[in-house]
Amino acid sequence: MNLKLASDLGTPPTEDLSGVPLAVRGMTVSYGQKPAVFSVDMTIQNGSMSAIIGPNGAGKSTLLKAALGVIKPLAGRVSVYGKPLKSQHHRIAYVPQRASVDWDFPTRVIDVVLMGLYRELGLLRRVRTSHMETAMACLDRVGMTDFAERQIGQLSGGQQQRVFLARALAQGADLYLLDEPFAGVDAATEKAIIAVLKSLKDDGKTVVAVHHDLATVSDYFDQVFLINTRKVAEGPVATTFTAENLNAAYGGRLATAQIDRLAVSAL
Amino acid sequence: MLTEALTLQLGYNATLVALGAMFLGVAAGVTGTFLFLRKRALVSDAISHATLPGVGLAFMIMVAFGGDGRNLLGLLLGSALSASFGLLCIGWLTRRTRLAEDAAIGAVLSVFFGFGIVLLTIIQTMRVGQQAGLEGFLLGSTAGMLWNDAVIIAVGGALTLAVVIALRRPMTLVAFDPEYAAARGLNVARVDLAIMGLAMAVTVVGLKIVGLILIVAMLIIPPVAARFWSERTDHVALIAGGIGGASAYIGAGLSAVAPALPTGPIIVLVSFATFLISLLLAPGRGVLAAVLRHRRFQRRVHIRQGLLALAQGQPIYERYTLRLLQRAGLVEADGVATETGRARAAKALRDEARWALVRSDQALEGAAALYDGLRDLETVLTMDQITEIDRRIGAPQGVAL
Amino acid sequence: MMGEEFVSLSLTPLLIGVFAAIACALPGNFLLLRRQALIGDAISHVVLPGIVVAFLVTGYVSAWPMMLGAAAASLLAVGLIELIKRLGRIEPGAAMGVTFTAMFAGGVLLLEQTDTSAVHLDVEHALYGNLESLIWLDATGWRSVLDPQALAGVPDELPRIFLTLLAVIAFMRLFWRPLKIATFDTGFAQSVGARPTAMGLALVVVAAVAAVAAFDAVGSIIVIAMFICPPAAARLMTNRLERQITWSVVFATVSAVLGYVLAGYGPLWLGADHAVSAAGMIATVSGIILAMAALCAPQRMRSGAPAN
Repeated sequence: MNLKLASDLGTPPTEDLSGVPLAVRGMTVSYGQKPAVFSVDMTIQNGSMSAIIGPNGAGKSTLLKAALGVIKPLAGRVSVYGKPLKSQHHRIAYVPQRASVDWDFPTRVIDVVLMGLYRELGLLRRVRTSHMETAMACLDRVGMTDFAERQIGQLSGGQQQRVFLARALAQGADLYLLDEPFAGVDAATEKAIIAVLKSLKDDGKTVVAVHHDLATVSDYFDQVFLINTRKVAEGPVATTFTAENLNAAYGGRLATAQIDRLAVSAL
Repeated sequence: MLTEALTLQLGYNATLVALGAMFLGVAAGVTGTFLFLRKRALVSDAISHATLPGVGLAFMIMVAFGGDGRNLLGLLLGSALSASFGLLCIGWLTRRTRLAEDAAIGAVLSVFFGFGIVLLTIIQTMRVGQQAGLEGFLLGSTAGMLWNDAVIIAVGGALTLAVVIALRRPMTLVAFDPEYAAARGLNVARVDLAIMGLAMAVTVVGLKIVGLILIVAMLIIPPVAARFWSERTDHVALIAGGIGGASAYIGAGLSAVAPALPTGPIIVLVSFATFLISLLLAPGRGVLAAVLRHRRFQRRVHIRQGLLALAQGQPIYERYTLRLLQRAGLVEADGVATETGRARAAKALRDEARWALVRSDQALEGAAALYDGLRDLETVLTMDQITEIDRRIGAPQGVAL
Repeated sequence: MMGEEFVSLSLTPLLIGVFAAIACALPGNFLLLRRQALIGDAISHVVLPGIVVAFLVTGYVSAWPMMLGAAAASLLAVGLIELIKRLGRIEPGAAMGVTFTAMFAGGVLLLEQTDTSAVHLDVEHALYGNLESLIWLDATGWRSVLDPQALAGVPDELPRIFLTLLAVIAFMRLFWRPLKIATFDTGFAQSVGARPTAMGLALVVVAAVAAVAAFDAVGSIIVIAMFICPPAAARLMTNRLERQITWSVVFATVSAVLGYVLAGYGPLWLGADHAVSAAGMIATVSGIILAMAALCAPQRMRSGAPAN
């Protein structure tokens, strides 16, 4: 229920966060009477590749969506490069969960990628050759140029995810937020996506992804944020992705042997 | 006059119609509950609009065979046939094309209704058509009803209700959890068909009383109102039946005393009034209760967050949080914690530490699942368990509970 | 048929029918894709209480107050539906059903309680409208189209629905991109600042305006049918939104023209001597078009992932 909320997303915290791509302070989000995210602080390092991990229903996607203003938090503040979220839409690219849209929508792959240029095109500007070239270049980066004219309903899950990533690339943002980008995609797509994300990082961009596969965390990411309604830990994978923290986040849900195998301390 | 109407002292016809309407109202409320819980409430809108061409065609056929065309039974039969055809069209459109059910419902209801209007304008130009009174089916009219018609309505209402009562168990099961019902060996498709059939029966019998535009209200409003009062399917159905029956009875009774008050709209408005009361005042799901609960919840969240910030020496950014803390006497006007504030903050931090331990301990998984950032640990664990946790944390003892 | 009689008797109702059909079909495309097709149904029902209240307040039958009343009723209904949905946690279909039946019942009751025998205001008129009577008496043939004096005698409904259509087209053109993005992917729309909530509300308001203007001329049956049938048939023709819109305009136009002609001349061809309801016939034709599209349109089936 969305009753009037006293949260104040408009003004950033008073600390100096101008070099921080995304900072969340005191964020509480609740569906009904049970908070999905409670009083969470999150600071994403510039140029990092961060994973948000935690058990099912721990509030990973909720935190991301609330940070973007897609859902309204009960309390909390967000700052993007030290400024209020409202003024920073152009620096953020968001890749929602694939299942969150109706893929039967009557449109082509290239049209979806062009949606990424919305801020540039505005309401009435015509789509020019240069815009088409940008969109095709983004499709090329995810290996989907052959599908540009395809109806989106005809794509496989992995292809849909690549199209979403291409749309985010077209935005030319500095901060990329992805919600479960590897959920239900084939191995080839996973490889292609991670290659693109790594190249973004090499270009000095910041990447944040909600992630569910603990086995790949240390291969893919350099920073990790563990959440289970409350923040459990955040920091570099090497020091934060530990058996102790995993235990704290996943509680009894992960067998100890499994944790030992996954956590960096045991590597 | 009103008491006379409501105590059935207005002659046989009015009494029969009021009783029939009441049976129908109960049947509609119960059937509508199953439609509503299956998230198909507006299918009834398509059913009712799709009856119109059937009424028109039945009239024309009866006239063609030499009758006067106004035989209620014949007209209702025609309406049932065309409503079934409308239902088939909805099913066909949603299965065989990419259109969603709402589009199929809208298409069927508008096209059938439009075609029905075409037929009505044809009938109006027929010699026998001028006094056919088929417009009565649009908004319903019980005034000047024949004895035969009243009997048909009373019997039809009673029969529909009897079938609803006979089928209530399988319908409840399917509405509550179709997969479980299927696992128990119930034929879900057939039960769904029965629900649709009953909705159609309610519509057809109710046409003459309420009219086809408003009959859908009898299938939708009572269940929605009843939903506020209970979480149990069978209770919702029962309450919906009660609301439906009472509204229909009052509506039919009122319009029997005051012919200027049309039956259909009165029935709808009475049940809408119960809906409004339910929406606002029902405990649990009602709006008033929800607003109060939400406010309280929001205050608890802010105070808790504020306390945690105080305990960790972090600044409190939100003015609302500060104001709440100040009002509770936990901080001074300048934002510095009072003595109580410091004690409560320390306790909050301590509880967080305890919870962290609980949530990482496999043995306490049951308690950990209850964590929501606000719940007091004492409500979940025994004092002994808490003491044990404190021992494991090993931090300063004796923080006041 | 193309002569003097056509211009004065059929040209204006035909144009009004076509404009009304297109004005409803255009926003209908987005309502269809947003799974809000039945909003059109709800709006067309609550127009009745709107005009009745407007009549009771002003005391006379006049187009502008009634359109305002109808528009206010539509907005009230949409607000109520949202409120019931959110606060009562009731599914959208049921919330709609509760709202529009109750408001319609209120309208009927008010109408029955008021002496409207002196004025032309009744439920039947609200349902089927009166397209056939919107004739242009001052016209003396095609030359009148350029004759200012004759043009002054054009029924008021024509300029009203024409302006409404222009407004609808302007809205769709101006907000095409955010509408499309918000309909396809709400979360993404929010993240790029395309204001999906505001877009959703604006769409419903535009649909209500179109419905009210069309209702004034042609009654509520056409309104519901044109919101849904042409866009639905168009969706089955193509997988491109731009082309879907074009098809829906074509289907709306064909329904209006063919429906009007069949209603006026069909019975005569069959040997009867009275015309039938044009509004009903237009809805019927749009249904036949949809049925044909559902049977043989190229994109009628959901597309699955191809095997490649």
